[in-house]
Amino acid sequence: MALLEIKNLHARVAAAGGRDILKGVNLTIDAGEVHAIMGKNGGGKSTLAQVLAGREAYQVTQGTITYNGHDLQELSAEERAREGIFLAFQYPVEIPGVSTSYFLKAAVNAIRKHRNQPELDSFEFLKMVKDKMQLLKMDQSFMNRAVNEGFSGGEKKRNEIFQMAVCNPKLALMDETDSGLDIDALKVVANGASSLRGPDRAIMLVTHYQRLLDYIQPDYVHVMLDGRIVKTGDKNLALELEARGYDWVEDEAA
Amino acid sequence: MTQLAEDRQTGIAHSKGIHLANFSRHFATGEKQSAVVAHPWLDDLRKRSIARFDSVGFPTTKQEDWRQTNVNAIAKTPFKLAGKPKDGSAIEHARCFGFADEAACELVFVNGRYEPQLSRLGKLLRGLKVVSLASAMPTPQATEIRDHLGKYADINANPFVALNSGFIDDGAFIRVPRGIHMEAPIHLLFISTADGGEPTVSHPRVLVVAEDNTEFSFVESYIGASGGEGAGAYFTNAVTELVIGENCAVDHCKVQHETDDAYHVGTMQVRIGRSSTFVSHSASLGAKLARNDLNVIFAGEFAEATLNGIVLLDGTRHCDNHTLLDHALPNCPSHELYKHVLKGKSTGVFRGKILVRPDAQKTDSKQTSKSLLLSDDAYMNSQPALEIYADDVKCTHGSTTGPVDEEMVFYLRSRGVGAEAARHLLTYAFAADITRRIRISPVRRLLEDYMAQQAGLPQDLRITDLGHHDEASR
Repeated sequence: MALLEIKNLHARVAAAGGRDILKGVNLTIDAGEVHAIMGKNGGGKSTLAQVLAGREAYQVTQGTITYNGHDLQELSAEERAREGIFLAFQYPVEIPGVSTSYFLKAAVNAIRKHRNQPELDSFEFLKMVKDKMQLLKMDQSFMNRAVNEGFSGGEKKRNEIFQMAVCNPKLALMDETDSGLDIDALKVVANGASSLRGPDRAIMLVTHYQRLLDYIQPDYVHVMLDGRIVKTGDKNLALELEARGYDWVEDEAA
Repeated sequence: MTQLAEDRQTGIAHSKGIHLANFSRHFATGEKQSAVVAHPWLDDLRKRSIARFDSVGFPTTKQEDWRQTNVNAIAKTPFKLAGKPKDGSAIEHARCFGFADEAACELVFVNGRYEPQLSRLGKLLRGLKVVSLASAMPTPQATEIRDHLGKYADINANPFVALNSGFIDDGAFIRVPRGIHMEAPIHLLFISTADGGEPTVSHPRVLVVAEDNTEFSFVESYIGASGGEGAGAYFTNAVTELVIGENCAVDHCKVQHETDDAYHVGTMQVRIGRSSTFVSHSASLGAKLARNDLNVIFAGEFAEATLNGIVLLDGTRHCDNHTLLDHALPNCPSHELYKHVLKGKSTGVFRGKILVRPDAQKTDSKQTSKSLLLSDDAYMNSQPALEIYADDVKCTHGSTTGPVDEEMVFYLRSRGVGAEAARHLLTYAFAADITRRIRISPVRRLLEDYMAQQAGLPQDLRITDLGHHDEASR
């Protein structure tokens, strides 16, 4: 059974009551796989990631999402997180007054409690996160800073991947993690994410650019246009998109 | 005149009369009920004050400074002067809210009256005076008290100051002599008891004189010891005068945790001398109706003031903080951050006035008010009031009011933290942004515990868990 199976998914912004942004997405992701979702702005890539993470601003109007045997729509955002879904935010949120260490410990313990594992105390927690900080080249002082407050764009993205490493998800959703990064920051973030590849974990990454895929080579590349996946290929498709743009895919799909 | 207006007038006249009658009974009958031995200058101050109160009466919402706070409930209630409590609940409260050996010394007052048995004077440094006002008055220090008492808090500016000054009797007198540096705080703990009898009033008075080159901290706690539900109303009408010399660093906290039926009006008047710093943290946790006035006058160049406050409100409670930063001289920075957390149908008022007089060039003043509304029925009124008469100054102000940020909530939820826990944590963090700046640790701890409990978080959650806060102390 696939880890994630999306069938004919339609979704829209709940408040606006407008038309669907996702217009029949079909996607199957197995454990161990890396899927890249590419496409023009406004095609629904980020919406798909948000819907999977359980953001209530979006309303599913049709279709099904099955994750690890669950009907995903039955689960709240926090339940999804506890069941192993992790969203690396495109725009990570600043939380003044809450330290990264407290924030992450609360997250880890919420997940552990759900899995009937004993909660970690501060000492055990710090031991657990130590080598993960090295992986993302993060300074010790980082844990004492308020979550994302005053962080540079690169620091925020590194923090997302660091959290991903700590939360140890089954399904990692990376929403334009590469946007706004210079080449050095991109390397750190991409290598960190790449090292989290494993047979028990699936990664879905949403990106505009091929350059991230030099570091995390995808098993599948999907092109999303106007709310649907219109083309699927392997990593060579990303190279072709980089060279030729999206118009030819659009023409093909039409 | 309408019937309502007439009722209101007679009501106020009646209750004003109560206070005038209290005054006559207490001071004018010749019975030595007062703890203070007669001094002609003091008699004069009292008489002038009560006459002033008699002529102006309680303020109404027609007056600019009282537009947002209706004190009719105070005006209508026939408060008698508080006496000795009937039960021993004050003793327990003294223990709960005392700082034990974390304080350099602790004066405890019950219903406005000094209680030596509950107080702890400790070993005080040479020349340092921390005494009850009543006990200091007959001594040679009385001249020193005379030189300062009533010289800063203006009876003409605020009827409640006039009322308090009419009843100057007991309270605290602190003199910190030149060159003294103290680590541990001085604690003044005012406990009021309501025991179901008649409504009572106390008028605590504090005078603090900091001589040049001193460094110390003091805390005023106003705590209600209620006999439970229906214990009844009482009214604390406090005035504190603080005069700071040159090159001093004075750290101050006020914790107001009166009972749900209580009224609290407190005025603090501060005069800061050249090159001195004054830091004040105010925490308003209790009272049905509370009003704080904190007036700071820069009396020397290069003086600096930081005024921070946290207000936690629920039910139908009302709290009003008025602050005044009076920049009369050049080169004085001031910083101000007030935060409100409002639940239920509570109302909060913040009015921060920054007055920059013509001579006060190079004033650098920053004022921020942030409020968290946890219910649709809660209401916050936040108004900056900048009056600037100098041209080379930097004054900024900002005010935000709103519910818990749902983007933050979702971020926490997306990491596995439950929605309710996320809101609690964010509420706590919002308030902790003030308390983490408090350098007086017993106060910080008391507030941390209280806030964690209010937010439904584990008692052992410490602000320090939320990271480094040294850099936030300004």
